[in-house]
Amino acid sequence: MKSLEELNAVHDNVKGLISLRLEGEADASTDGCRYHVLVCGGTGCTSSGSKQIIEKLNEEIAKNDIAKDVKVVQTGCHGLCALGPIMIVYPEGTFYSMISADDIPEIVSEHLANGRVVTRCVYDETITEDGFQSMHETNFYKKQNRVALRNCGLIDPENIDEYIARDGYQALAKVLKEMTPDDVVKCLLDSGLRGRGGGGFPTGRKWQLAMGNDADQKYVCCNADEGDPGAFMDRSVLEGDPHVVLEAMAIAGYVIGADQGYIYVRAEYPIAVDRLKIAIAQAREQGLLGKNIFGTDFNFDVDLRLGAGAFVCGEETALLTSIEGKRGEPHPRPPFPAVKGLWEKPTILNNVETYANIPQIILKGADWFASMGTEKSKGTKVFALGGKVNNVGLVEIPMGTTLREIVEEIGGGIPNGKKFKAAQTGGPSGGCISAENYDIPIDYDNLIAIGSMMGSGGLIVMDEDSCMVDIAKFFLEFTVDESCGKCTPCRIGTTRLLEMLNKISDGKATMEDLDKIEELAAYMKQNALCALGQTAANPVLSTIKNFRDEYVAHIVDKKCPAGVCKNLLTYSIDPEKCKGCTMCAKNCPAEAITGEKKKPHEIDPDKCLKCGVCMSKCKFDAIIRK
Amino acid sequence: MAKKTVPFQGTKEQEEKLLEMIRAHKGEKGALMPILQQAQDIYGYLPIEVQKIISDETGIPMERIYGVATFYAQFALQPKGKYRISVCLGTACYVKGSGQIYEKLQEILQIQGGECTPDGKFSLEACRCVGACGLAPVMMVNEDVHGRLTADDVQGIIDKYNA
Amino acid sequence: MENITIKINGMEVSAHAGSTILEAARGAGIDIPTLCFLKEINEIGACRICVVEVKGARSLVAACVYPINPGMEVFTNTPLVRESRKKTLELILSDHERKCLSCVRSDNCELQKLCKDLGVEDESMYDGAKNEYELDESAPHMIRDNNKCILCRRCVAVCDKVQGIAVIGANERGFKTHISSAFEMGLADTSCVSCGQCIVACPVGAIYEKDNTKEVLDAIADPDKFVVVQTAPAVRAGLGEEFGLPVGSSVEAQVEGKMAAALRRLGFDKVFDTNFSADLTIMEEAHEFLDRVKNGGKLPLITSCSPGWIKYCEHYFPDMTENLSSCKSPQQMFGATVKTYYAEKMGIDPKKIVSVSVMPCTAKKFEIGRDDQSAAGVPDVDISITTRELARMIKGAGLRFLDLPVEDFDDPLGEGTGAAVIFGATGGVMEAALRTAVEELTGEELKNLDFTDVRGVEGIKEASYDVAGMTVKVAIASGLGNARKLLNDVKDGKADYHFIEIMGCPGGCVNGGGQPHVPARFKNANDVRALRGKILYDYDAANPIRKSHENPQIKKVYDEFFGEPGSHKAHEILHTSYVKREINRIPD
Repeated sequence: MKSLEELNAVHDNVKGLISLRLEGEADASTDGCRYHVLVCGGTGCTSSGSKQIIEKLNEEIAKNDIAKDVKVVQTGCHGLCALGPIMIVYPEGTFYSMISADDIPEIVSEHLANGRVVTRCVYDETITEDGFQSMHETNFYKKQNRVALRNCGLIDPENIDEYIARDGYQALAKVLKEMTPDDVVKCLLDSGLRGRGGGGFPTGRKWQLAMGNDADQKYVCCNADEGDPGAFMDRSVLEGDPHVVLEAMAIAGYVIGADQGYIYVRAEYPIAVDRLKIAIAQAREQGLLGKNIFGTDFNFDVDLRLGAGAFVCGEETALLTSIEGKRGEPHPRPPFPAVKGLWEKPTILNNVETYANIPQIILKGADWFASMGTEKSKGTKVFALGGKVNNVGLVEIPMGTTLREIVEEIGGGIPNGKKFKAAQTGGPSGGCISAENYDIPIDYDNLIAIGSMMGSGGLIVMDEDSCMVDIAKFFLEFTVDESCGKCTPCRIGTTRLLEMLNKISDGKATMEDLDKIEELAAYMKQNALCALGQTAANPVLSTIKNFRDEYVAHIVDKKCPAGVCKNLLTYSIDPEKCKGCTMCAKNCPAEAITGEKKKPHEIDPDKCLKCGVCMSKCKFDAIIRK
Repeated sequence: MAKKTVPFQGTKEQEEKLLEMIRAHKGEKGALMPILQQAQDIYGYLPIEVQKIISDETGIPMERIYGVATFYAQFALQPKGKYRISVCLGTACYVKGSGQIYEKLQEILQIQGGECTPDGKFSLEACRCVGACGLAPVMMVNEDVHGRLTADDVQGIIDKYNA
Repeated sequence: MENITIKINGMEVSAHAGSTILEAARGAGIDIPTLCFLKEINEIGACRICVVEVKGARSLVAACVYPINPGMEVFTNTPLVRESRKKTLELILSDHERKCLSCVRSDNCELQKLCKDLGVEDESMYDGAKNEYELDESAPHMIRDNNKCILCRRCVAVCDKVQGIAVIGANERGFKTHISSAFEMGLADTSCVSCGQCIVACPVGAIYEKDNTKEVLDAIADPDKFVVVQTAPAVRAGLGEEFGLPVGSSVEAQVEGKMAAALRRLGFDKVFDTNFSADLTIMEEAHEFLDRVKNGGKLPLITSCSPGWIKYCEHYFPDMTENLSSCKSPQQMFGATVKTYYAEKMGIDPKKIVSVSVMPCTAKKFEIGRDDQSAAGVPDVDISITTRELARMIKGAGLRFLDLPVEDFDDPLGEGTGAAVIFGATGGVMEAALRTAVEELTGEELKNLDFTDVRGVEGIKEASYDVAGMTVKVAIASGLGNARKLLNDVKDGKADYHFIEIMGCPGGCVNGGGQPHVPARFKNANDVRALRGKILYDYDAANPIRKSHENPQIKKVYDEFFGEPGSHKAHEILHTSYVKREINRIPD
């Protein structure tokens, strides 16, 4: 790509390729297709079989001889993973959900060949009395605002033309042709964009710091080592819109004066890795990476580095150390990476979602971005919504949306009529938000004020069946596993904290232990070397703060109110309900259940392993667990 | 680290591939991680025989290589089974009961997490979120995803691969 | 460098820009406690003992690595700081084998001192699961006991960054992190060179020399054995520290003479001095050098006194072993002379002689077991102990070291020159050799014996001298990382030296792996190498004989036994051979 004119020419050429998928622009379509069938090729839908669906589609389309009318596109994530595999047919935008390859022959012959929607496969929320409504009208999508995810699920991530058709690389061209590095930094500062990876540091400020340091070599890095259990925001961007990251990194390179970028991506994300590789190759081929981009003297290239399974590498100094080919151990800051980063050279590191916002901020302006969100948290945030919620998936909401809106409206509430108990944000560094904060607008500062944090955007919903001690243990087990072992507070502290929690869930703790836990947790916050260790105790502290009664119940009453902590449970049989069918006794692995046929049975608590098999086998609801 | 290594059975071909790959990384900054990742692709794991070659060829002390290999969960010092089973213990799967799935697998295969059955057929490990939260709880056997599991489904799945 | 002003505990303090909080505080008379920190070697901020409060910071910061900036306000002794440090210690103790009473580092353990100074009350506060490790006793010179390791990584930094060997490092992660070799190999299976720098870096009892004092005492107690002892030059520069003398005490403290007295009282049959064989080494090595120069032998000639360096060369520069001087080290020359010349002279069966050496060095324990080190058909040296072990023997025998009289070494192998005593400092062998070689080449008496260009603790030094119409280029390296740099330059043709001195330990033997432990607190503010080295140069200056070839006993031993330097007999007894070793080896 030698010039902006060339980019614009390509853009004009390819624009029509995707018009069919854009509301109100179908008429501008130039590829001569009647239908575009978009099949989600994100990890979630791929896992539930979208590859087979594409194969079947191609097969059936050939059979029906409509290949020239129909274009099948494998896209990135649509967000509603719980309903995967997802397939959308444009121009109508018919939203097929939870389909299987077996449904395809019918959809092809009915819908694609004859224009008749196969209603039984359509997402029921899009079905209205008088036909169908757009997916954007459904509860799941209505309150969302897709900025970082704007191309996810809409374009073919393996085709650079589709990205260019969506104004791709225009921001890079604008920056190179019209803006000084200072202009870009000012624009980012004005936009109020803060790092989406967890800390929330103003992105413009970070770039400004690196810009000011003279060095013969600088680096631009992208943190795609998304490690929070249950979080997959960055993966979705990489899978659905990889070029946006490359474009933003190039912009960063121009601003700070770097000609080399690295994307550090989890090896556990094979699809994302493949698409990034394809995107890098295409961008190089088009001259959008490489030497003299857009005919200027700006050079920039990007290489991939794969993580190898260490959560701590999400911490910036650890990530850079890992790129250097060492054990991913963090080191103390200062010096900050902007001063001394990769190979001791000034380096900026932003996460995927942060980058994904930048080209649009450049194109649409700082004011546009700053118009979204709250006073100190601008724009949108992508969350991976999971746990006990109906619409498990990926959502992008304006900052300031309340937890209630996310869970009840977008998330479709909690399954089986259970009650909301808590939501966990920020992964192992975050905390549990209780129902009392259900209506707090979510932004960086509010989350910290209530003892959690934004983190990278995992949002796990818990209902009344979740035990908060157990959840705290779960996260601490994670940090114990993932502690790098360098500093004392984290290496030994996390282990000791977990041991004390185990004491609680085993019913062996005293109230003094609770004090000791709080003391140790506070100590770790102050003393650990890196953010992982400093925040490791957050899940413990926030659950103690918000659910202290539950801890006390474990410690004093030796009871687990949610019925999760095995060692505190007792199983018994309700003689009123027991029919003496013997199913429980037959299945009990410990032979702890005795009783005559057709007479109420009994459980010997000394033999009972608390495995719960009896409960799952009883057809009469006669097993009582307390 | 316990040492119960299966005897090294690397072939000449594998070694040639390894050497060629290392040479391709010559002069590249921070190449150790990609070298280890690709070496593991060639051999399936990173035994001492392989790490020695990497050390001899790159000049990176073997202890530093071993330190890296034991730091990252992805690197294996023991061979993996023909069928690598990983159970997702990510939050979403965990709250939906993947712990029981994991226990059931240990019971059926008679091995602990991180181990391989003596016949080399199955190895078992826990993993973090594989991103299929909508299908929770999930386990993977090599690249196949098995979702919406209950502990009762496990035996049937194992039988399928044992057939 | 420009100074900036900060506030520490409310007081204004001025310090160099670029200083750390630790350094600025020291300047203000405050020692912030540290554990993992070793200046310029291990600056990783890992242990968190040195945490302080900085106004405006989100958490406590590690003073050892945190740079000061103008106007910053630091608090080093608040309740939060004190409680934090105490908890850190309590956590460390919870995964530390607390067998303090029987620990080799009891009373000079840095962890123990911190616990005392910072007031740890309950050592079992956080007891829980403990890591358990097998001891690594595979190497001849040392033991690694991970049960006591506190993961400060000082040993790792020294092995990797200073010595450039990296046979130990951190493996696994999290609570299971531990220091070991690749694939948990024993050190004997690695390319460990036995330098023992990890031992002197260790703040606790996790790494220590193999103690051979019992064998020595048993030999002394055996009436059938004739037990002789030699003490290396550098021992006298360090031994006093074990008895309360400051690091770098002066010659007036008479450590040398008291040491001779102590050895005699411990029951050695003869108390000799390695200085004698250091002079012997110069005779042989100077001869070898001149021979190589005259007859087109392999140059540069590289010294062979340091067994850590020798093993390093064999592993890492096997193609340069021909450059090594074939001279045995002074320790081995001494042992060989005792069991041949001395045994013959005194009519003692060499098999009955137990030859003991006291060395500042752990590699000497490895060296005595090398091939081709048995001139009389029995090992030249039977037992090698370190300075620390000698101190232990003296304490165990209840000798009040400082009150002992000053005594001489025994004749005839107790006489050494000023040239010999400086062997213990980097550059010393070179200077001693120059004193002899120059006189030999020119046939004239040297006016100035002080070759100051080759003195000092810099890692790599070079000098050239015009001698009898020839320019002699010499270089000196101490510490194996420096040796590697120097040798790579030689290999790449960037440097052409005639003669190179290499010592395995930074600063030479005075800073050897067998020398008394010095707390990091002291090391971080003082140069132990220079302080100890100075004692040796003072001994040199005070000695009326400062040239090896003028040592009367040396003349005698050639007259009576060896003939002349480089003679066939000298070669048989005083020279040795080397092997080529691999860096990585898969153990059987």
